[in-house]
Amino acid sequence: MDTNQYLEMFIEESKEHLQACNEHLLELEKNPSDIAIVNEVFRSAHTLKGMSATMGYEDIANLTHKMENVLDIIRNNGLQVTPELLDVVFIAVDQLEEMVLDIAAGGDGKLNVADTVQKLHLIETGEEVPVAATIVEAKVEAETSQDNWLSYDDYELTVIQQSFEQNYQTYEISVELREDCLLKAARVYMVFELLEKMGDVIKSSPPVEKLEDEEFDNLFYIALVTNEPKDDVQKKLMKVSEVTEVKVIPVTIEQLKNRQNNALDLVEEKLQKEVHNEAKANITKSQPTEAEKSTPSKGQTAGNKTIRVNIERLDILMNLFEELVIDRGRLQSISEDLSNSELDETVERMSRITGDLQNIILNMRMVPVETVFNRFPRMVRQLARDLNKKINLEVIGAETELDRTVIDEIGDPLVHLIRNSLDHGVESPEIRKANGKPEEGTVVLRAYHSGNHVFIEIEDDGAGINRQKVLKKAISKGIVSEEMATTLTDKQVAELILSSGFSTADVISDVSGRGVGLDVVKTTIESLGGTIDITSTEGKGSLFSIQLPLTLSIISVMLVELGEEIYAIPLSSIIETAIIRSSDILNAHNQKVIDFRGKVVPLVFLEDVFDVPKESNEDEFHSVVLVRKGDKLAGLVVDSFIGQQEIVLKSLGTYLTSVFAISGATILGNGKVALIVDCNALII
Amino acid sequence: MTETVDVKNLKVVVFQLADKEYVIPVSQVQGIEKLIHITRVPKTPSYVKGVINLRGVVTPIIDLKNRFGLGESVLNESSRIIIITLEDMHVGVIVDSANDVLDIPMDAIEPQPEVVGGLEQDFIAGVAKLDSRLLILLHLNLVLNPIKSGV
Repeated sequence: MDTNQYLEMFIEESKEHLQACNEHLLELEKNPSDIAIVNEVFRSAHTLKGMSATMGYEDIANLTHKMENVLDIIRNNGLQVTPELLDVVFIAVDQLEEMVLDIAAGGDGKLNVADTVQKLHLIETGEEVPVAATIVEAKVEAETSQDNWLSYDDYELTVIQQSFEQNYQTYEISVELREDCLLKAARVYMVFELLEKMGDVIKSSPPVEKLEDEEFDNLFYIALVTNEPKDDVQKKLMKVSEVTEVKVIPVTIEQLKNRQNNALDLVEEKLQKEVHNEAKANITKSQPTEAEKSTPSKGQTAGNKTIRVNIERLDILMNLFEELVIDRGRLQSISEDLSNSELDETVERMSRITGDLQNIILNMRMVPVETVFNRFPRMVRQLARDLNKKINLEVIGAETELDRTVIDEIGDPLVHLIRNSLDHGVESPEIRKANGKPEEGTVVLRAYHSGNHVFIEIEDDGAGINRQKVLKKAISKGIVSEEMATTLTDKQVAELILSSGFSTADVISDVSGRGVGLDVVKTTIESLGGTIDITSTEGKGSLFSIQLPLTLSIISVMLVELGEEIYAIPLSSIIETAIIRSSDILNAHNQKVIDFRGKVVPLVFLEDVFDVPKESNEDEFHSVVLVRKGDKLAGLVVDSFIGQQEIVLKSLGTYLTSVFAISGATILGNGKVALIVDCNALII
Repeated sequence: MTETVDVKNLKVVVFQLADKEYVIPVSQVQGIEKLIHITRVPKTPSYVKGVINLRGVVTPIIDLKNRFGLGESVLNESSRIIIITLEDMHVGVIVDSANDVLDIPMDAIEPQPEVVGGLEQDFIAGVAKLDSRLLILLHLNLVLNPIKSGV
């Protein structure tokens, strides 16, 4: 079979299922007794098995099969969920992920999984004695009393009773499909069609709708009213392909009534004062609820119609649109020159439409931070075990959306920060206990929108930053001098840990502490146009707050003129603009400053900074753009303001990296390139 | 038949700089453009002329003559920008004119003579003699060494 055309879909869906496995396993670890979660994992594993077998990836199928077996035992209450057991399952999921990634990278998806398969097998069989016993017991019970099969309501009982009176037989039928059956719904349909030819199906478990949606494993039960002999029914059903086992058991109305009463008695015992009717309702309901619990997630995705689009296509769309924006600008200036009213109108309409288009395209590129956050629970779990710490990771606001370009870059810095929190922040359980804190440390990963920015925060309730320790280290590394050290505020001290060549971990651990981490974090975030801020209280914990622009591709700028050249200053760093007289400029230590609303603000003459070729003409008035970096201000002196504009941010390319005080470029309406001023570099 | 030709020949773009002819393998040339407006980028070496808008991509431009220490290019009608792609880097170089695409037999390429001297010598990968023409093969990796941090 030529499976190439399905490959992409297979990879995407496998990734989704693996992610779902990961998430649910983590949840399971917290609630080891919640069988609903096991069912979720089982379902993902099962789908994965089916898909990989179809695509011919045997190792994946093999491993998922073993995993599924173990899960199956768990959900039949044959096994307790233990951390050790989960470890093995996690390893299996990791290996599956590895194989899927290998396939995505063009490999053959082969991996030596024998070891893991063996481990899973051990779990499966190692506890086999008690497990098998219970299963067999359950089966025996089912065959003798059929307790677990079906329960009927009054109406159904009446129907059965009436059919008995008309000499019809009632059978309870169990149909088992092959485990690797791919078209379960189709088989179900065939079974039902056959049965309906022979008689009336009065009940099925799970309900028909669930069967049609393939929301069952391999086994389902049906109650049939017919006048065909038992053996015929069985033989006919066995003809349906991929059906492995059919059991037909005749029931009598007395049996059914007994069963009903028994069940009622049981319930009555439990609920004691509950009224009969309510109890009945409970029995019939109890079965579907569990299945229902798991359906909403599926239902949601199905209700929201989406298609997968390769991210590259969106990038191409964006690039094409950017060109369109540039041409739009050109068209606008042409129509202004021609002053033809019809042309003006058309151009105006076009501008409006492209404006809407721009919003849509930008929105399409927004991705929830979930895509980055997803991998953290696993990482934290692993790290916590490696470090022998107890840590609970809380993720808040994973649905917050960010531009894809930001998302791509933010992953590594966050990994660094979380590792840092786990390694240096949260203390070991013994120390925490001694300090009167709960043994389990909490790390909160939070994302939210605020204005034109997105904030991502990592908060821990660990030891916080030790001022003395940090200062000692900073002095020994020559980052600050001893005199300076005493004058620093706590915040400034905290920020020292972001300077390069700084590492306070006494023991260099595998997790962090190579002293290259946090300054890289700072540089990456600054290169994204963001800032990082640390708040820490010793003994209480620390908060790392990252502020990021919503999007990197389109920003608002103020265009200014310097001689013949046009530069763009990001609005995010501009406080205001002003026009000052030459006489207002003061001199302080060779530095020209102005008195701006009671503050002394240094002036930066951009013409000099950028060596703009220009014959000097002494103006009496100067245009000044006041910009800030943190709480420092500076006045950028320019020739004139052009105006505010939304621009598409472009990089200068790999050849020109880190040009002084230039953070990028953009293309103006006239097709020319304008450079974007990096205000952070101009404020010392 | 064709295969053997491919192995033996190197397809190159020929361009003129001062009075010499240089060649770059066609595989590294993305296109040849006429001069358009170049935006100066401050605080960069003098041979970096600036950046252009190449169909929506901001592309840096260097003056090859200046890079080789042969003085400034005088821009005129025949001046061209050759867009070169090296791995993921796109750079345009200004040349006096780009006139030809040639097949050079591999065995006609010789290592550069030791005596040439000057800055330009470092960038020469080899010399090919073709009929009466002397074609200089450039070492693009060295010519287009990325520029780190300004002053």
